Amino acid sequence: MSATKSPGQDVSAPGRESRETADRSSRRSDHPSPSAPEFWRSPLRGPWLTSFLGTLLIPAVTLMLLTGFISHWAYYPEGTVAGRDLPVLFHIPASWPTWSYAVNQGTHVTLGLMTLPFVLAKLWSVMPKLFQRPVVSSFANALERISLLALVASVLVEFATGILNVDDYFGGPLDFNTVHYYGAWVFGTLFVLHACVKLPTVRRAYRTRGVLKPLLQGLPQTAPEPPVAGGLAPTNPAAPTISRRGLLAMVGGASLTMFAVEAGQSIGGPFRRLALLAPRGRVFGTGPNDFPVTHTAATAQITPAMTGPGWRLTAVGEQTVSLTREELLAMEQATHTITITCTEGWSTTQRWTGVRLADLARLVNAPKGAMLGALSIESDHGASFVESQFMDDRALLALRVNGADLSPDHGYPARVIVPNVPGTHNTKLVGELRFEAA
Amino acid sequence: MRERSAGFRRRYGASPLHLGAHLVALAVAAFAFYEIFSGGSVPLLIVLYLGIVIGHDLIFVPLYAGLDRVMRRVLAPRSSSRRVGVPMINHVRAPLLISALLLIIYSPLISGLADSNYFALSGHHLEHYLRNWFLITLALLLGSALIYAVRVVAWRRRTA
Repeated sequence: MSATKSPGQDVSAPGRESRETADRSSRRSDHPSPSAPEFWRSPLRGPWLTSFLGTLLIPAVTLMLLTGFISHWAYYPEGTVAGRDLPVLFHIPASWPTWSYAVNQGTHVTLGLMTLPFVLAKLWSVMPKLFQRPVVSSFANALERISLLALVASVLVEFATGILNVDDYFGGPLDFNTVHYYGAWVFGTLFVLHACVKLPTVRRAYRTRGVLKPLLQGLPQTAPEPPVAGGLAPTNPAAPTISRRGLLAMVGGASLTMFAVEAGQSIGGPFRRLALLAPRGRVFGTGPNDFPVTHTAATAQITPAMTGPGWRLTAVGEQTVSLTREELLAMEQATHTITITCTEGWSTTQRWTGVRLADLARLVNAPKGAMLGALSIESDHGASFVESQFMDDRALLALRVNGADLSPDHGYPARVIVPNVPGTHNTKLVGELRFEAA
Repeated sequence: MRERSAGFRRRYGASPLHLGAHLVALAVAAFAFYEIFSGGSVPLLIVLYLGIVIGHDLIFVPLYAGLDRVMRRVLAPRSSSRRVGVPMINHVRAPLLISALLLIIYSPLISGLADSNYFALSGHHLEHYLRNWFLITLALLLGSALIYAVRVVAWRRRTA
């Protein structure tokens, strides 16, 4: 093994050192640096492969941005995250099937994981560009390279923060929502710019090579694309060890594996057990309260005294009423099968029973166009809802689930269940409901 | 008019539209970066954004390219390709690549590093993730070997 080769160098089997390199200035060709075109030897790299990978990313990225924005607006129904923001353009109506937000969020998370192999392959396919000489060739090229640096940084940060968050491992001094949301602005904008700038290159690649024709070629027919100065195709290609369709099958296989080990936690039911690596892919029992939970009562430091007979629900509108759990149970009860979904992508569908939030709003004379603020007895926890959300027939102050009392982890004595909001807004251990003019 | 635009192109290197689109997009990106940086620790964010590019481009890619080079030396379709017309290398590459990706993506769960967070959120400890990853890797290797066997049999039939 030659110790002098730098890491990252694409070479084929040692016996294949091409003879023609010996003719050139031998020092340069024996130890090419990454900025030398002959350093990059993969016969698959070229405008067609990069164009094809980029084309596949367009629908995936579009769908991820769309589901991401919908989730953002669901999370901040009354307006915006801390900074300056776009107006809320779309709410999933509460009246839609209760699994609508689950589909949105499951798509965002699972599609994200499925897209990662294609992003990594795309970045691999353009690695020679990173080392181009001269570093910038014109003012236009300088702007392009600055935007590409930010594009690559932002795509990697979006995926890294998203993955760490769904792995329950995002924390510390950074706020996930701010970094991931505004990071999506950077990534989305520069992705659109990049797609527009490269459109002529992609069209040229498809015109000369065909859109799908290279996929018909097996390993024996796999030949490098003709090299162009400063282009992606190698000037000194090694013999291929995989066809282009083989590479895409490998990347697609990685993508399908992500789906297999992840999607079950969003689909739920018998599929949950199949999500072998997903954080909420585990099943712990069949009891009424044995479905997955985020944020346990122990973590919330809830003591039995706080939820015992002394507990009262205070509902505030134009009047204020204070109700015991027995009084709430004596009111008209509604039962609905409702899917709740964590922003981290997992979902669970259960049968919830409780008092309609609309009934409570009427009881306290909620002002027209009110917002509802739900406050937990756990300090600093709560959520707000717009009128169309809490006035929906299926929006509940749930007291029971699957025919049993809520367990402490699921929010005993009472929790909010509103269709099509992020699960974290389904405030548990509710102490107060405030219907206030917006 | 045409000369003016040709002059612009010579000096700038692309069309005025290219300049305009870049200025608008970079302005949006700059605004978003401003929001990100005003909401968190600036040194940490700089380390995050630069570190992730350096980590990917100068560590991660050379690392997997180097490992792939080693694999090619061991499994390159040299003499074996003359005996059997189906190269074995990609039937090793693909399962190992997928397994490595799973290991990276789920590393906080597989390694147990996320255990305290996970317990606070779910009320359960991280168990079985390492075992599941190992079993998935095994299944991928076996599945890939099976496909290889089928391909070799098909190749023998074709050449017989």
